[in-house]
Amino acid sequence: MSNLEDLYREVILDHYRTPRNRGELPPPATCTEGTNPLCGDEIKIFLNVIDGIVQDVRFSGHGCSISQASASMMTAIVKGKSLADVRAVARRFKQLMTIEEDDGTTPADIRLGDIEALQGVVKYPVRIKCAVLGWNTLLQGLNSTDA
Amino acid sequence: MTLNVAAIRQQFPMLAKQINGKPIHYLDSANSSHKPNCVIDAMSAFMREGYAPIGRSSYTLAGEASAAYEGARTKVAKFINARSSREVIFTKNATESMNLVAQSWGRANLGKGDAILLTHMEHHANIVPWQMLAKESGFEIRWVPLTKDFQLDLSSLDQLLRGVKAFSFTSMSNVLGTINPTREMCAAAHAAGAIAIVDGCQSVPHMATDVQALGADMLAFSSHKMCGPTGVGVLWAREELLEAMPPFLGGGGMISEVSLDGFTYAELPHKFEAGTPPIVEVIGLGAAVDFLNGIGMNEVRRHEIELTNYAYHALTQRYGDDITIHGPTNPELRGATFSFAFRDVHPHDVSQVLDQHNVCVRAGHHCAKPLMRLIGANATARASMYLYSDESDVDALVEALGDVSSIF
Repeated sequence: MSNLEDLYREVILDHYRTPRNRGELPPPATCTEGTNPLCGDEIKIFLNVIDGIVQDVRFSGHGCSISQASASMMTAIVKGKSLADVRAVARRFKQLMTIEEDDGTTPADIRLGDIEALQGVVKYPVRIKCAVLGWNTLLQGLNSTDA
Repeated sequence: MTLNVAAIRQQFPMLAKQINGKPIHYLDSANSSHKPNCVIDAMSAFMREGYAPIGRSSYTLAGEASAAYEGARTKVAKFINARSSREVIFTKNATESMNLVAQSWGRANLGKGDAILLTHMEHHANIVPWQMLAKESGFEIRWVPLTKDFQLDLSSLDQLLRGVKAFSFTSMSNVLGTINPTREMCAAAHAAGAIAIVDGCQSVPHMATDVQALGADMLAFSSHKMCGPTGVGVLWAREELLEAMPPFLGGGGMISEVSLDGFTYAELPHKFEAGTPPIVEVIGLGAAVDFLNGIGMNEVRRHEIELTNYAYHALTQRYGDDITIHGPTNPELRGATFSFAFRDVHPHDVSQVLDQHNVCVRAGHHCAKPLMRLIGANATARASMYLYSDESDVDALVEALGDVSSIF
């Protein structure tokens, strides 16, 4: 009876049950904390950036299936990418979540792959903040790395 | 069932609403209640036929509107058995009531070397206003801990109260459903020379309240949780305390005289009601009080005990160890508010699946983060019931949880 298949796609539940890159990284990796004060979800993103490339990334914390799966998928796609590409992927993701408009500046070869499974979240607007929590935290981490 | 719930439900138009052709099961009344026709109609009729500014103008309409507003105050005063309607202050909501207490009574009475006592089961509204003030005034905040069975651990209460000027606590936890021994706690506060401030948001809508019998000094509660509209809250306090407290918000309506050199303030209760108050909402609250009195608060409480019993057994019999209810097991010691964990499924996912079945529960920290940490949960799902809830709502919750099981 459930119409929830759109939201809880198998690939999302897979990342939720078996998260990729879950854990922590020791310094000099940076650690950025993000919270969703409305629901109490907390996430930490550990980033190891060398020569403008994300060498390694981990996430820890707790949250719902959407926030955890989104963070897991995010770490999988950004590992090994240049900072510019990571930002472009993040922008594309926010476009997918309808919180940023596509201004045509994101290169065509920036694709989201499995992450597009999260598109179903858009039909449940209160859950969009769950999906973007990890991404916003990652971007915050990148900004502090740049500084 | 003690109450004729079917007849009560018919008076709540929102409860007749359907989503996707199916009825809704509203289980979020601890958050906010729905409104009966009599409240909606009273507000609508007042705006159509009785509306005018109050307390300022002298024409007939204004006089009648003022009388209606003050009539609602009298109803509220009687509802909680206040000695006088001068003891009833209308605020924006219960949170503002607590801020009024902290900023007016607290600022005048608390300084370095002083202490207040709160409990680990407080809502943020009875924590943050005190913390804000303590940052400036430097007084100490102490805490009554919890027992393993979700009660307040009052074994060291006398010791905790030593030197304390105010004991501010909830009469019923919005997370656990625990009903606290308010009368005994007020007495203990007084024995230690402290005043007793009660956050009644969760208890006042659900059981008879007699501030004199409780021995409380102050009581805060909100209209929107007791079948009234949003936009109005109540602070009741003993007249002597209110007389001694400085005004909170300044402006029109709360003054007696204003000159370029200063002001004198109005008599109670107007001293604490600066600016045009929520007139229409107060009229609605008065109608809500009439509605609740018509049903009887003891009947409401009895109904909720029965429903709590029913829900507790329905949930635990079907799901056993898969469900963990954070709260007392004895329905006499708790209200009809169930915070629960369902296996290891995140509460947001639980509420999302329940929503698919039109079962409305809240997921999150319920504005009680310190308590959530203590019970070892970052969030819970919470089902909370009221006088219009019945077994069909519980059954829908139990059924829908089966779907959570199959997805996760």
